[in-house]
Amino acid sequence: METIAQIITLIRTTISFGTVIMYGSLGEIMTEKSGHLNLGVPGIMYMGGIGGLLGAYLYENSVASPVPFVGLLIATLGTLVCSILGGLIYSFLTITLRANQNVTGLTLTIFGSGVANFFGGSLSKLAGGVGQISVASTSSAFRATQHLTDNIPYIDDILFNYGFMVYLVIIIAVIMSRFINRTSRGLNLRAVGEDPATADAAGINVTKYRYFATCTGAAISGLGGLYYVMDYIKGTWANDGNIEALGWLAVALVIFATWKPLRAIWGAYLFGALYWLYNFIPGQSRSMQEIFKMLPYLVTIIVLITVSLRRKKENQPPSALGLSYFREDR
Amino acid sequence: MCAERAAFWEGNVLSSKSDAKERNRVVAAGDGKPLVEMTDITKKFGSVTANDHVSLSIYRGEILSLLGENGSGKTTLMNMLSGIYFPDGGHIRVKGELVTISSPKDALDLRIGMIHQHFKLVNVLTAAENIILGLNESRRLDLKSVRLRVKQICDRYGFVVEPDKKVYEMSVSEKQTLEIVKVLYRGADILILDEPTAVLTPQETRRLFDVMRNMKNDGKAIVIITHKLHEVMEISDRVAVLRKGCFIGDVPTQRTSPQELTEMMVGHAVKLNIERTQPENVRKCLEVEHVSVVDADGVRKLNDVSFTANGGEILGIAGVSGSGQKELLEVIAGLQDALPGGSVIYTDMNGKTSSLIGKTPMEIKKLGVQLAFVPEDRLGMGLVGNLDIADNMLIRTYTEGSGMFVNMKKPRKLAEEIVKEFDVVTPDLQTPVRKLSGGNVQKVLVGREIAGSPSLLMSAYAVRGLDINTSYTIYNLMNEQKRRGAAVIYVGEDLDVLLELCDRIMVLCAGSVSGIVDGRAATKEEVGLMMTHIGGNADKEAGRK
Repeated sequence: METIAQIITLIRTTISFGTVIMYGSLGEIMTEKSGHLNLGVPGIMYMGGIGGLLGAYLYENSVASPVPFVGLLIATLGTLVCSILGGLIYSFLTITLRANQNVTGLTLTIFGSGVANFFGGSLSKLAGGVGQISVASTSSAFRATQHLTDNIPYIDDILFNYGFMVYLVIIIAVIMSRFINRTSRGLNLRAVGEDPATADAAGINVTKYRYFATCTGAAISGLGGLYYVMDYIKGTWANDGNIEALGWLAVALVIFATWKPLRAIWGAYLFGALYWLYNFIPGQSRSMQEIFKMLPYLVTIIVLITVSLRRKKENQPPSALGLSYFREDR
Repeated sequence: MCAERAAFWEGNVLSSKSDAKERNRVVAAGDGKPLVEMTDITKKFGSVTANDHVSLSIYRGEILSLLGENGSGKTTLMNMLSGIYFPDGGHIRVKGELVTISSPKDALDLRIGMIHQHFKLVNVLTAAENIILGLNESRRLDLKSVRLRVKQICDRYGFVVEPDKKVYEMSVSEKQTLEIVKVLYRGADILILDEPTAVLTPQETRRLFDVMRNMKNDGKAIVIITHKLHEVMEISDRVAVLRKGCFIGDVPTQRTSPQELTEMMVGHAVKLNIERTQPENVRKCLEVEHVSVVDADGVRKLNDVSFTANGGEILGIAGVSGSGQKELLEVIAGLQDALPGGSVIYTDMNGKTSSLIGKTPMEIKKLGVQLAFVPEDRLGMGLVGNLDIADNMLIRTYTEGSGMFVNMKKPRKLAEEIVKEFDVVTPDLQTPVRKLSGGNVQKVLVGREIAGSPSLLMSAYAVRGLDINTSYTIYNLMNEQKRRGAAVIYVGEDLDVLLELCDRIMVLCAGSVSGIVDGRAATKEEVGLMMTHIGGNADKEAGRK
C-alpha cells in the first residue's frame, strides 16, 4: 500500500513541477519563435509570482472578508502586469535598442529574482515575520478541485485532484500549437523568427510581432510563477530558489521540445519527474542526489546532440534566434 | 558632377520630356503616361552617395533594363521603390500621385514587387506558405485557396511551382520562380528583378525571359537590373544607365548598341596620373592553372581559370563584382577549396617551386611563401575590429617566438612605425581599430601586410571608400612592392585606376577569364566589353538576337 501511495505522491509532485516548467517553457517557445532568446524566464517567473502574491495580499488586507474568486482575479492580474512589464523591459532593450539578447536576458533573471525576493521578504515582514505571510483565501481559489471520479481509487488523485491552473497550461499549449501552425498570424510569427528580412519584405511588421511574442511569452511564463506561489506553496513566499531552478529547466525544455508546444507537455512532466526523482529513491547520499538533479539537463544535451546530428530542418531552432533585426543593415 | 556626366549623352539619348512621341514608339502597350516617376532621388550611406538626384520613369507594358557597373546605385534606387530604403531626397509618383514608400508593405500596396538577388524566402516553410506570408493576417490559414490561385498564375504565365515543396529542397531557379509567383500573387503590376540571371543556367534564363515577355504582354511594367549587355539587348525595350550613383540617360534598346551602352556605363577615360614604372627583373612568381570553384549551393564561381602573376609587375583583375574575384584570391590564399584538377604553383626568388593548392594559410606560411593578402572585408577578414593596432599586428606573427608568452615588443614597434609612416590618424595605439575611419583601417591593414616584405601581394578593392590622397598612398605602396620585385595582384573596380596602375589586366566574366590585356595599350571600352562578354565580342552575341 505504501509504495502505491508513494507512486501517487511522485506523480502529483511531477505534475506540480511539470506545470511550473511548462508555463515557463511555453512562454519561452512563444518568445523564441519570434527569434528572440529570452534567458530572463526565471526572472519573469519570479516577477509573475511576486506580482500575484502582492495583489492578493493587498486585496486580502484591505477588505474584511475577502472573496476567494476576486482574490484570484486580482492575483492573476498582478501576475500578468508584472510579467508583461518584465517582457516589455526585455523587448525594449533587445528589439528597440537592439541590445545583446543573452546579456539582457541574464540580467533580467538577476533583476527579477532580486525584486521578487525583496518584495517577498518585505511582505513577510509586514505580515509579522518570516514565513508569516499567507493569502489563504486567494490560494484556496487557486487550489479548489473538482472530484469527478471520487469513487474510483487513485484515478481521482492522479488525474483530477488539482487546481485549475494544471489544466489551463495544457489548454494553453494546445491553443499555442494551433496558433503557431494553423493561423496566418502564427505563420507570420514563424517567418519573423526564421528570417526577419524576408518577413519584412513580405510586409510583416517585425517589431510588432516580436513585441507581441515576447510580451505574451512573458505573461505565460509569469503564470508559472503564480501557480508555484498560489498553488504549490499555498499562497506564501519561499526564498528557496525553486522558481529559478524550475525557470532554467523551462529554458532547457524549449530545446528538448524542439520549439513545439505539444512536445513541451510531456517533456515538462518528464522534467518534473526527473527534478524530483531523487526524493523517491531511498538510501542516497547527498552527492548522489545532486547527480539526480542533473538528469533533466543531461537529457537536454542528449536531445541537442541527436537533433544536431539528424539535421532535420524542422527541429532546428528558429534561424534568426538571438539576432537583432535592422532593415537598413547592409 | 552628375550634370556633367549626363550632359555628354544629350545628343544620343532621349531626354525625359521632350521626346514623348519617340517614346510612344518604343513603349508597346503603354498609354504613354508613366506608371512610376522617380524624381531627383538621392540616397546617402554615411559619406557615400549611392544615388545622386536620379530621375527615372517606368511605363506599363515595357521591360526596362537598369544598367550599370557594380556600385553604380541600381539596386539602391530600386530598393527605395520597394520600401527597403527610404530616400534622403526626391519624390516618387505612382500613377501620377505623390507617394511615400516607407516599408515593403507600402510598396506592395502600390502594387510594386521586387525580386531580390538574395531570395527573400523562409527556408523551412513550403512554397504556398511563403506565398501567403504576411497576407490576410486575421484570417485562418487557408492553403487550399492559395494552391488554387498559384496554379492559375502559373498557367497564365507559364511557371511551374510545387506549392507543398519546402524552400530548402528547391533549386535556385525554383526559388526564383517562387519569388516571382509570390509578388504576382500579391497583385504586383510593377515587377523589379535584381540581377535575376546571375544564378541561372542559359536554359533557365531563356525560360525566365519567356515568362517576362508574357508578363509584359499582360500589361505589367518590368524593371530588370543587370550588367549583362547581351541580356539587355535581348529582353528590354528601353535601357536606363546609372554610373557612380548618377543617372546617365535612357535609350530605346532598338536604337542603341552594346558599344554605346558600354561607353555610357563606364564613361570616358579620366586621367588620374598614377605613377607606373617599367617592370624590372620580371620573373615568374605564381602560376594558376585550370582552377574551378563551386560554392555551397553548387553554383560555379570560378570556371577553369589560368593565368600567371609575375614578380616585379602589377597584375590587375577587372570584372563586375561577384565574377569570382573573391574566390580566386581565397583559393590562392588557402582559404577556399578548389575543385580537383586545378593547380597553383608558387616559384620563389631562387626558382624553387611549391604547390599551394589545398594548403591552409598556416601551411603556406610554413612553406616559406611570403604571401600578403589585403581582403575586401577589412574588418571581417583583415583585422579584428575590437583589438588595437598592436594586437592586430600580432595576429600575423604570434607563432613566432618561443614558449607560451607572446613577444609584444615587436608588434608594438611595428604599429608605431605604421602609424608614423602612413599618417594613421588615431588617438593612441590602444584604440580598437574599428573606431578608426575606413582609410586609416586600410592603412593599418596594408601596412601590416607589406611589413613582412611579401613576394606575393594580393589586394581586393584596396581603395574602396578611401579619399583621393589615401588612394594615391595605396597606389604608391603597390608600386613600391612592384619595384621590390614582388608580384602584385590588384583586384579593382575602377577601370581608370586599373588602366593606369597595372601592367597587365586580367578580366573576369562570370567566373571565367575573359581575356588578359596589356594595361598600357588597352582601352576602357575594350575592358568594359570584356567584363560583360567572354572575349569582349559583343557584336556577335547581339547579332544572334
